[in-house]
Amino acid sequence: MQISAVVLQLLVAGIGTGSIYALIALGFNVVFKSTGAMNFAQGEWVVMGGMISAALFASASSVGLACLLAVILVAIFGLLSERLVIWPLRRPTALMITLVSIGLAICTRSFVMLTLGKKPVGYPGFSGEATVSLGGATFQAQTLWVVGLTLAFLVVMHFFFERTMLGKALRAAAADREAAAIVGVKVETTILISFGIAAFAGALAGAIITPLTLASYDQGAMFGFKGFSAAMLGGIGSLPGAVVGGLVLGLLEVFGSFYISSDFKDAIAFAILLLILFVRPSGLLGRPDIVKV
Amino acid sequence: MVSASPVSGTHVAPSAARESLRMQPRSRFATWRSSDHVRLVLIWLVLLAVPFAAPNAYVVSLANLALINLILIASLNLLMGFGGQISLGQAGFFGLGAYASGILNVKWGVGAWLGLPAAALIAGAAAFVIGVPTLRLRGHYLSMATLGWNAILVVFFNQFVSLTGGPNGLLGVKPFAFFGIALDTEPRAFPVVWLASLLVMLTILNLLHSRIGRALRAVATNELGADAIGINSFGIKLLCFTLSAAMAGIAGSLYVHVNQYASPDTFGISVSILLIVMVALGGSGTYWGPCLGALIYTAVPQLLLNYEDAELMLFGLGMLVVLIVFPGGLAGVPDALRRRFAPGWSR
Amino acid sequence: MTEKMLEVDDLTCRFDGVTAIADLSFDVSVGEIKAVIGPNGAGKSTLFNVIAGVTRASSGQVRFDGERIDQLPTFRRARRGIARTFQNLQIFREMSVLENVMVGRHTHGATGLMQAIVHGPTLQAEEHAIASAAMDLLNRFGLAGKADAQAGTLSFGELKMLELARALACEPRLLLLDEPVAGLPRAEADQMSEIISGLNREGMTVLLVEHNMRMVMSLSHDILVLNNGYRIAEGTADEVRRNREVLAAYLGEVEDA
Repeated sequence: MQISAVVLQLLVAGIGTGSIYALIALGFNVVFKSTGAMNFAQGEWVVMGGMISAALFASASSVGLACLLAVILVAIFGLLSERLVIWPLRRPTALMITLVSIGLAICTRSFVMLTLGKKPVGYPGFSGEATVSLGGATFQAQTLWVVGLTLAFLVVMHFFFERTMLGKALRAAAADREAAAIVGVKVETTILISFGIAAFAGALAGAIITPLTLASYDQGAMFGFKGFSAAMLGGIGSLPGAVVGGLVLGLLEVFGSFYISSDFKDAIAFAILLLILFVRPSGLLGRPDIVKV
Repeated sequence: MVSASPVSGTHVAPSAARESLRMQPRSRFATWRSSDHVRLVLIWLVLLAVPFAAPNAYVVSLANLALINLILIASLNLLMGFGGQISLGQAGFFGLGAYASGILNVKWGVGAWLGLPAAALIAGAAAFVIGVPTLRLRGHYLSMATLGWNAILVVFFNQFVSLTGGPNGLLGVKPFAFFGIALDTEPRAFPVVWLASLLVMLTILNLLHSRIGRALRAVATNELGADAIGINSFGIKLLCFTLSAAMAGIAGSLYVHVNQYASPDTFGISVSILLIVMVALGGSGTYWGPCLGALIYTAVPQLLLNYEDAELMLFGLGMLVVLIVFPGGLAGVPDALRRRFAPGWSR
Repeated sequence: MTEKMLEVDDLTCRFDGVTAIADLSFDVSVGEIKAVIGPNGAGKSTLFNVIAGVTRASSGQVRFDGERIDQLPTFRRARRGIARTFQNLQIFREMSVLENVMVGRHTHGATGLMQAIVHGPTLQAEEHAIASAAMDLLNRFGLAGKADAQAGTLSFGELKMLELARALACEPRLLLLDEPVAGLPRAEADQMSEIISGLNREGMTVLLVEHNMRMVMSLSHDILVLNNGYRIAEGTADEVRRNREVLAAYLGEVEDA
């Protein structure tokens, strides 16, 4: 089968973009599963990942090290945010947490703006400026890193949730809060950890995409919404759904932008969101809600 | 109506009960008229003085802006606080109304007085279209649909340059006119904004004091229970959503004819999100909360003008503090303080 | 022959491989109190939910006053004259006690959106009528003194009364009562039982699900016993009490006396 070079190029670009959306959607879903809330700070963590990596790279010389440190720092920031802002809530309903996450997002964005500036920043990819040629298409090596690291992270997450006690505790608390509490799972701790994981995932996405797109303080909103669309597309709360949703969204966006119009690229993600809501609200992998009386 | 010997308990004559209920806080929507009606009229009478008492036109422009914001926040509060639905697209309907009224004026010379109802109709119709498929479902689907819709609208506002003026905005919109006099300055436009905001607030108040208003609140509180007594939950939610969007459309038309200009930035998702926060800060589900929310929304950026960069941070911090310490919003502060300092004093 | 208020024909309800109700047929005559009993998992809640419209049946028919209702959404069934109370109470807790009952009068109001907004004499008159009817009901149930309290502050027993008052506000012809005395102490359970009996004497048809045998036996004209989704007995209290299969279902195998 002959795949034209253009299609191959788009395919790779789509999978690359899709991986980023998958990571963001994953972070989104992890918080949603443990709190029922829509975390508006998710996109800001992506930006932080990219910008802190850039700042660290300026002092350190290894891109990989800078990114690693940055991601860990943002994860810690996520944990701190939860303790400072979510934990004190008297009535941690889903709506309250959602509203508070908006405040958190605003504070996070302004914090980034004040400390790291408004100028877009970047740094070289993990393999420098290397490019790869395959079947007539040429793309940055960084794209392969993006896909590879996302895959690695997903494997780790799968292992975490399926095989470790902590991961199972999180799943239990997400499935049934009271039952989990009865068997000794501390629900507040699971919420704390989900924030840490979500921040890590977001920061990872930001760190690995910045060599390709540059990072700037105001991108958070768009990242967040697109990741959110991806999560909805795959079925909100479903971790495999985040992956499927992210990939589908990334591919649709890249192909749509090329074949239909690049001006309306941003609208594509949202048009898909609306379509899904009208046709199959539970998402591609989700199960329809059943309300028991 | 069945009647038999009453079960043990106090018996209260219906007319006496109605009288004592009149000013009671808990059943405040159980009578057709209330102290809120009186307050509304009084406050708006006082507001009439603004164009005369204000030191300059700039202050009047702030008042206009605050009243337009009030319409936005109050209509969102109707949907969110009383209707229990979250819309992440109120700014989108605001923009739809503004561009509809503005484009009708610029392209086809339609006067502002016709543009206003047109804006309401168009925004309401858009809401209807989105609401029909999404409100049938239980869950947060409406919020996501409105998010998507708002995002798409902004792209359209930016991209259909020949129609909307693109990122540079829609220019040359004519103001309201009164018997041939163009109401093209802020003080002159004030009466229109004043009247519109009064009518919107009155509509909301009257709606809440009616059978439909109670049904709305019942559906928001407990849809299962509402279904069981014959309320068409879907119909009520759709009605509320459409009405809320139509009011935002009215705000949009006011905005575009007072400013004679509109640009896509004013109607983005960030604004929609901020509006939700304003509803919560003012006190979601309270009648007067939106007034506080509108005051904050209009005044805070003015107060923070000198601290431009830090403005965002201070705003975010302030928001967090209020949300964490006063979950009932600012309108709930008196109750919260009372509970803390005078717990024996029941209301 | 007495008129049938409710008829259930060959009802089957299957979810995810579990058959909750299997080929069930029965009816409720006008003016009777019929109880549905059975051990846990017998399908009583499912049956109730199907009749009320919360759950869809896989096959079969439900007819109310001769008309098919099984394809109708819940609120339309309520408008036809079926009112329902819930085992877990679905009270509007943030609204006042009076408002809860006033909402029950919703379907008896005629004003529309425009009239609500304009707030003219028609609406005002309707509001007076609704508040007054609601107050009458509260008086009847002994809750008038708490008319103004937030519903969420009432005791469990009072909430059960409130939900019944709200259901009556709809002026139904059939009352579906889902475990009306579950969780109530003896005195309040008896009081509730008295009220239901009184309503029935005035002509109300009642279908109820209950675990409280004392109440069921003394109150009902007819009892339907379910087990594992099937009907295993139907008849008067005496007939059911002596039925071997019923005893076996509840107690396990019964030794021969």
